[in-house]
Amino acid sequence: MWKKRISALIILILGLLLGYFVFGGEYKYIAHKPTPAWFAKHPFKLGLDLSGGTHLIYKADVSQIGSTSVTDAMNALRDVIERRINIFGVSEPIVQVQEGSFISNGEQKLIVDLPGITDVKKATDMIGQTPLLEFKIEAPAGTKKDLPEATINAKGEIVLPDMSLTSQFISTELTGRYLSKATLEFDQNTREPKVSLQFDDTGTALFAKITKENIGKIVAIYLDGAPISTPVVREQIPNGQAVISGSFTPTEAKQLVGRLNSGALPVPISLLSSQTIGATLGNSAVHAGVKSAIIGFLIIALFLILWYRLPGIIAVISLGIYVIIMLALFKLVPVTLTAAGIAGFIISIGIAVDANVLIFERIKEELKLGRNIGDAVSAGFAHAWFSIRDSNTSTIITALILFWFGTSLIKGFALTLGMGVIVSMLSAITITRIFLSAISFKSEGKVARFFFSSGISK
Amino acid sequence: MFIIKYKKIFISISIGLVVLSLAFLSIFGLKFGIDFKGGALLEVSYKTTRPAQDEVVKSLEALNIGAVLVQPTGETGYIIKTKDVTDAEHALIISTISEKGKNIPEEKSFSSIGPSVGNELTRKAIIAIILVSLGIILFIAYAFRKVSKPVSSWRYGFIAIVTLLHDVLIPVGLFTLLSHYYGAEVDTLFVVAVLTILGLSVSDTIVVFDRIRENLKNHTSANFHETIGKSIEQVYPRSINTSLTVILVLLTLVFFGPEATKYFALMLTAGMFFGTYSSIFLASPLLVWVEEMQIKNKKK
Repeated sequence: MWKKRISALIILILGLLLGYFVFGGEYKYIAHKPTPAWFAKHPFKLGLDLSGGTHLIYKADVSQIGSTSVTDAMNALRDVIERRINIFGVSEPIVQVQEGSFISNGEQKLIVDLPGITDVKKATDMIGQTPLLEFKIEAPAGTKKDLPEATINAKGEIVLPDMSLTSQFISTELTGRYLSKATLEFDQNTREPKVSLQFDDTGTALFAKITKENIGKIVAIYLDGAPISTPVVREQIPNGQAVISGSFTPTEAKQLVGRLNSGALPVPISLLSSQTIGATLGNSAVHAGVKSAIIGFLIIALFLILWYRLPGIIAVISLGIYVIIMLALFKLVPVTLTAAGIAGFIISIGIAVDANVLIFERIKEELKLGRNIGDAVSAGFAHAWFSIRDSNTSTIITALILFWFGTSLIKGFALTLGMGVIVSMLSAITITRIFLSAISFKSEGKVARFFFSSGISK
Repeated sequence: MFIIKYKKIFISISIGLVVLSLAFLSIFGLKFGIDFKGGALLEVSYKTTRPAQDEVVKSLEALNIGAVLVQPTGETGYIIKTKDVTDAEHALIISTISEKGKNIPEEKSFSSIGPSVGNELTRKAIIAIILVSLGIILFIAYAFRKVSKPVSSWRYGFIAIVTLLHDVLIPVGLFTLLSHYYGAEVDTLFVVAVLTILGLSVSDTIVVFDRIRENLKNHTSANFHETIGKSIEQVYPRSINTSLTVILVLLTLVFFGPEATKYFALMLTAGMFFGTYSSIFLASPLLVWVEEMQIKNKKK
């Protein structure tokens, strides 16, 4: 008996410690004083809809890339955009690649979450500014378009053909993604600024091949789709060094170097959708969520105590520990909380009671069959387990599928609900059980029976 | 047990509610939000007073960005819906409704969703619905694999699925009403609500059937009717209490929770309520009714 009481006490103390960990971190909200440093390491992680911020979905155009290197290119794209965003000092941005599948019509997508940034224009500029650097070669003779001729139109005016270089060049595999470094230099003779490029190993090999095959021809350097430099290759360049000498001003050249070094986009991207939540809206959602969680918990506590009496009080304590365990998990995992996620958690509080109610109703039945309280408790638990398992399985199935297939919004809900159901099953069969068996009733008097019964049975 | 005695009445009530929901669904239809259709939604709030709605509509229509829908929200705000817009168009909309910079509203939220993202979400939703339904049907089949007398196990499964449809259709019918009168739109959370109702409501039905199975095995009563009546009697306090706790927290979400999850919580409340109702007042009467039909057929 004492053993059971000691384990009940240990659980209670552990619960309190965990509660201190959870609420200590939120000290500033409770006492309006700064959070102690140790707790600040594990804050609740809020999703964009609660913290305010911008959610962008880009489509990456990978049509120019061989299917085998799409994943590499997308990962490179992600790294580049991450670097670009970091330059602007956004805290905890999330940049994710969403692989194309039959669901997305094979589109490769990049998802960018920018907490705290509520100006879409600023956000897309920040990402869009990344330069797209391409190296193009002259179209081979056979496919090269014949030089268009000037024509005379109906009014007798001479119409000049489109002589732009764009139609004369074809893309190569060499792009800004193979760049390892760009530096600003000045020509020793003319004092003109120029940008010197150093390729990485793959880029060096590609550049050597391109220059070897195009001696005497033009290799055009394109920036953001427009040619900025069209030098003629004189000899093969094996060391992976190239120079862009356009008519830059020193400032332009300096900016270009900065942009190139933060990374050129390996593939072009276009914005598919953007979502922004203002900070005030997010804030009020957090307050409303916390408020309804507290009210919901109190109502359930009241109901449990009024209806189930002593076991009800135990259920409230174990429900309290359940809530603390969940909140601690949210902090430690960490789980990104969204409005839907908070809803999932609040629903899980309601479901967590379910297991306790099942157990208590079973115990009541066993009592009616004439067993003493101790036997009724153990038989009640044994019988209730299968019902608890069965009644939660379908919710777990739903949560799992929603988690696999969901967008971030759905994932938040599925995760908190799924976790909630699993943790609640475990807490009901362990914590409630230890507490119930810790309170033993030697007497089988009316009082004890009254405490273990509920309103409806009398 | 009165539920079994008056089973025809209860079955009729359920049929009536389902028919009513289907009627709402066909009359009002479901309005899809920008999550699925694509489009832009802008919510703004002015500091003191908002410009007149007509003027906002007029000035926005002059921008040539297609159909514009402006709804007042809160004391000083508007919700503006258009087709999906670019950054430049978005900036243009904001400057247009700022009364020449004199009354610049705070932008509470803005989403612009391209049609391809909407299409992807639609496909995802359909796949999720199919997978959840399959998962639950398989689970039902597994849960009832051992029951065969006097009603064979696939019939339990079939009835469980019928009640499941009932539990989903009624909240969806309610939602079309909300959609018609309060402008609620089918969004991602609507799909999540439907799937969660599937998960929650089947568990209730299974608990009732579980008890019937157990009582059948132990031969606690003389006949099938009594067994079912007794099982319901044993189960309903539990069933109602557990649903009640979930409904209570859902209602706190409806009344105190974030704006974003209000309709979601309301739908789940309805789903939870009818899920509990159906496991006691529909599933069990149907089970008895099926058994009666079986006996009648045998006599012929």
